[in-house]
Amino acid sequence: MELKVPTMAELAAEGRTPEVLFWVGCAGSIDQRAIKITSAFVKILNHLKIDYAILGKEEACTGDPAKRAGNEFVFQMAALQNIEILNAYQVRKIVTTCPHCFNILKNEYPNLGGAYDVVHHTQFLQGLINDGKLTVKGGGLFKGKKITFHDSCYLGRANEVYEAPRELLEALDADLVEMKAAKSRGLCCGAGGAQMFKEEEPGTQRVNQKRAEQAIETGAEIVAAGCPFCMTMLSDGTTEKAPGKVKVFDIVELLVQNQGL
Amino acid sequence: MAFISPIVFAIVTIAAFAFAFKKGKEIYRNINLGQSEDLTDQPGTRLKNMLLIALGQKKMFRLTLAAIMHLFVYVAFLVTQIELLEIFIDGFTGQHRLLFYLFRDTLDSGFLTGLYNFTISFIEVLSILALVATFVFLARRNLLKVPRFVKSEMNGWPKLDANIILIAEIWLVTCIFMMNGADVALQIQKTGSSPYGFLLSGNIVGPALAGLGEGTLIVMERFGWWGHILGVLGFIVYLPFSKHLHIMLAFPNTYFGRLKPRGEIYNMPAITKEIKAMMDPNADPYAAPPEGADAAPAKFGAKDVQDLSWKNLLDAYSCTECGRCTDACPANQTGKLLSPRKIMMDTRDRLAEVGKNIDQHGPDFVDNKQLLGDYITVEELRACTTCQACVQECPINIDPLDIIVQLRRALIMEDSNSPEEWNLMFSNIENNAAPWQYSQQDREKWVNDLN
Repeated sequence: MELKVPTMAELAAEGRTPEVLFWVGCAGSIDQRAIKITSAFVKILNHLKIDYAILGKEEACTGDPAKRAGNEFVFQMAALQNIEILNAYQVRKIVTTCPHCFNILKNEYPNLGGAYDVVHHTQFLQGLINDGKLTVKGGGLFKGKKITFHDSCYLGRANEVYEAPRELLEALDADLVEMKAAKSRGLCCGAGGAQMFKEEEPGTQRVNQKRAEQAIETGAEIVAAGCPFCMTMLSDGTTEKAPGKVKVFDIVELLVQNQGL
Repeated sequence: MAFISPIVFAIVTIAAFAFAFKKGKEIYRNINLGQSEDLTDQPGTRLKNMLLIALGQKKMFRLTLAAIMHLFVYVAFLVTQIELLEIFIDGFTGQHRLLFYLFRDTLDSGFLTGLYNFTISFIEVLSILALVATFVFLARRNLLKVPRFVKSEMNGWPKLDANIILIAEIWLVTCIFMMNGADVALQIQKTGSSPYGFLLSGNIVGPALAGLGEGTLIVMERFGWWGHILGVLGFIVYLPFSKHLHIMLAFPNTYFGRLKPRGEIYNMPAITKEIKAMMDPNADPYAAPPEGADAAPAKFGAKDVQDLSWKNLLDAYSCTECGRCTDACPANQTGKLLSPRKIMMDTRDRLAEVGKNIDQHGPDFVDNKQLLGDYITVEELRACTTCQACVQECPINIDPLDIIVQLRRALIMEDSNSPEEWNLMFSNIENNAAPWQYSQQDREKWVNDLN
C-alpha cells in the first residue's frame, strides 16, 4: 500500500485544516535512523486514517539546541518564524516524535505567541488506545520479552510523562524491566543541552556509555526509547558495550512490528 | 548575686540576636543585588509547596535513610524551641523552672503540669533520636565517606562547617541531659523523689547522677543550662556564615520557587523585542527608540551575581551542600568538571565577596573579578546536558540549571565564546533550518523513500 503523507500546504489548498499536525523534527526528517521512527509513526497514522499533515519543507528547527547552548537570538529567530507559519495554518494540536521539540513547543513557544496543544507520540498513541481506535495485539512478537525503557529527560523530568510509554510497552505484553536509574531519576543519554552537536568535555567516561551500562545490566534484549537523540546515543553506547546483544528501538517501531504494519 | 544572672543572660542574648540581625540584613541586601523578578503569583500553590517541601520535607524522602535521620534532627530542632522558651523565661526572670511551678502550684492545673512533663519528655526522646542521627551523619561524612560528601568542592571550610554543626548538635543534647538530669538528681537528694515527670532524666539520667555531691550537681545543672543556651545563641551567630542557613531559607526558597514545567527555560523578552523589530517590514531601522522605551539590557545573560535573578541568589544562600544534585548529574557521574553544587557554592561565595566589597569600599567598587571565569569555568558550563536531574533532586527546589543557562548565554552572546561545532550548528539553524548542514528543501525527502 502506498503511504501518502499530506502536507499542510496541500490541505490548505483544498481549504482544509487537519486535526493534528505531525511535527517531524530535524532528526526525524534527516537522520537515517530517526527517519525509521518517523516512518513507523506515519504507518500507524495512515493505518488508523488519522486526519493529520506535516509541514514538510515549511518545517524548521524549533531552535532547541541553540537555546540550550545559550544562543537565545538564534532560538527566538527560529521560534518566531515557526510560530508565524503555525499560526498562519491555524494549527491547534501538534504531535511530535521528538521530546525536545515537544518540550519547547509546549513550554517555550506560548509566550512568544504560539500556544498549541502539544503531545508526544507516546501520549498520542496511548490516547488512541484509550479511545478504542487502536487495538494492540497482545501475545505477539514481544510477549514476555525483556524490554527496558529509557526516559528521555525532556519527556520525563521536564514534563513528567512517565506512564504513557510504559503503558504502551505493557500493551505489547512485554516484560518491562526498569534500569536502576528510571523515571524521575533517569540518567541522561548525554545528548541534551546541545551536547549532541559537540564533543563531550573531558571526563572518565562518556555519558552514553554509562547509560548503556545501566541498560545492559537489566538483562533486557531491547531498549525502548522515545527520542531520536537518545536513540543515537543509546545505539552507540550499547553497540560498544554489548555488541549484537541489545537492540534499541523507538516504542512506535515496536508497535508497528507488533501490529505487522 | 541573684540579679547578676538575668543581666548577663539579657546582655548575651540581645548581643547574639543583634549580631545575627545585622548579618541577616547583609544577606537580605546581597540577595537584592540580583535582578528583580516577580514571584508572588499563585500564593495558594506557593504556600502548598512551602508546606509540603520545606515543612513537610517531601523531597528529602527520595533518599530514605538520609531523610529519616534528617527528620530526627529536624523535628528535635523544631520541638526543642519550646524548651528554649522556658530557658528564656527563666533566664530573663532569674527563676528556676518558673513554668513548671506556675502550672503545678499557682494554677494547680494537673493538665498543664502534665503537658509540661510530656513536652520535656518528648524533647528528651527526640534529642536521643537526633543524637543517633548526628552520629550516623558524622560517620557518613568522615568514616564511610559517602561519595557526595567528599567531592573536591567540599574540601576545607565546607567539610569543617558540616562537622562543626554536628558537634554542636552533640553539645546541645549533652547539655539538655546534664541540665535535666542534675536537676532531677538534686531533687531526689533533697526530697527523696523528683517532682518532675521527665521520661529519660527522671528514670535514667537523674537516678544515675544522684550519687554525686550536691555542689557537683549544681555546677552540672548550671553548666547544662548555660551550655545549652550559649550553644543556641552561638548557633544563631554562626548561622549567617554557614550552609546551615537552610533551616530558615528553605521556607522562602520553596515559597518563591518558579512555578513552571521543569523543562521550560524562560525566554528573554529583550531579545523577542529586537527580533520582532527585525522581522517587521514596516520598521524603520534608523528610527530612534520611542520615548520611555526600555533600554536594551546591559548584558545578554549573566557574567556576575548581580546579573542573576534575586531568586538565583536566594537559592545560593539556601543551599546546604548536601550534594544530591551533583550525585545525580550525568556530567559529574562521568568525571566531568561540572558539579551543580559547586555552581551554587560559587554563586554564594562570589555574592558574599561582592557584599563585603560594598561594605568595605562602597557600592561602586570594582574588583575586576566575576562569577563567570573567576569562579565557574567554561569547561564546567559546557559539560551540562540540561537534563534537570539537579533541579529534580534538590530537596528545597534550588535550580542550578538556571544559573548555568544564564552564564552560557553570556558566553555565547556577550563573549562569542563557543565551540566551533556549536557555531556551525547555530549557522545551520539560521541558514538551513536544521542544526545539520542539510537543505530545508530536502526535508520531506523521507516521504519519497517510504514507498
